[in-house]
Amino acid sequence: MSVPLTLLGLLEREPSHGYDLKRDYDTYFGRGKPLPFGQVYATLGRLARDGKVIAGQAEPGAGPDRKRYVITEAGATEFETWLAEPVEPEPHLQTVLFAKVVLALMLGRNAGRYLDTQRAEHLRRMRELTDLKHSGNLIDAMLADHGLFHLEADLRWIDQTAARLDALAKVVRP
Amino acid sequence: MTGKQAPGGYLVEARDVIRSFGQTQALRGAGLTVAAGEILAVMGPSGSGKSTLLHCLAGILTPDSGEIWFNGCRIDTLSETERSALRRDHFGFVFQFGQLVPELTAEENVALPLLLAGARRAQALAAARPWFGRLGLDGLEGRRSGELSGGEAQRVALARGLVTKPQVLFADEPTGSLDSLTGENVMNLLTVAARESRTTVILVTHEPRVAAYADREVIVRDGKVNSLIPAPGPAAAS
Repeated sequence: MSVPLTLLGLLEREPSHGYDLKRDYDTYFGRGKPLPFGQVYATLGRLARDGKVIAGQAEPGAGPDRKRYVITEAGATEFETWLAEPVEPEPHLQTVLFAKVVLALMLGRNAGRYLDTQRAEHLRRMRELTDLKHSGNLIDAMLADHGLFHLEADLRWIDQTAARLDALAKVVRP
Repeated sequence: MTGKQAPGGYLVEARDVIRSFGQTQALRGAGLTVAAGEILAVMGPSGSGKSTLLHCLAGILTPDSGEIWFNGCRIDTLSETERSALRRDHFGFVFQFGQLVPELTAEENVALPLLLAGARRAQALAAARPWFGRLGLDGLEGRRSGELSGGEAQRVALARGLVTKPQVLFADEPTGSLDSLTGENVMNLLTVAARESRTTVILVTHEPRVAAYADREVIVRDGKVNSLIPAPGPAAAS
């Protein structure tokens, strides 16, 4: 799970304060592991240093940080590239796949097309493992099977998610 | 069978196929190309139209509109008799439940398509026999379907599908009734046999691990075909 890219995605939606970003991150992606404020600001600081976000002037008011962050062209380009490309298929990807689907829906992008691309990438990897299974020895075959069953589980999740995109869109774009 | 050359020169092609059952539209403009020698997986959720598409491609069903092409000929406009002859002479079939004839021995089941095509009995049985060794069925030639395990019966059905050396093997969930290890064994035998004989395979499955035996996959969703990987050009596949 990439915190910097997820924060860029939330900023692509609208310019936001660190507090808003933490709140939305925890709501959609935290799942029992809230993002510490320190990590939010450290990440925003690095993104600003690298020219991917710009910090606005501090606004008057109480609280530790009253800066609004805006995504730059470079930040938006990096985020879009990440969002569109399938993840390298390997077991236990659900957090990254989920983040991409939610961010795509939040921003009105084509989440179904992303899932199709990811499905094709998973099946490509499964073909490689199937070939390995029948060309290698028993140890290779058993290791390949382990990968195949996990990728299949991901694919089932991808199919279920594809069938529920409309409902999920209503949740993340109230 | 007359007609202009199939657009693109693929072995099998569906163009903008629409097919309804009563009020339900199973296919809503489905299009697909399959190159000679390809093993193609047709995936999709239950009710997506994937089996209807297979039946249209195989000339079992005719579309309400759209075109089905095989080997340069349009087949959806043929008469039932002509399509029946086409299926017998050029296509092989394997279904989810082997659908062996229970009164016949395994060997007679495999020989059946040849007998139906008019071959003499001795000749048909002689052609059936080598398949038993090839598919690991040695010694089971005289058994009836009730005396075979699920995996054995499905391998007999596979032999029956391939015995006529069809140009296209249509397989509809061929491992759907088998446990996963037995199913993988059947898929491995199916793909090895098809590649050896350069038989084109169109395989309907909802199981990713079965689809992974194919060269590429298409997804049928809401009666349309989503093909992320294009069919190889006919020149490349020949």
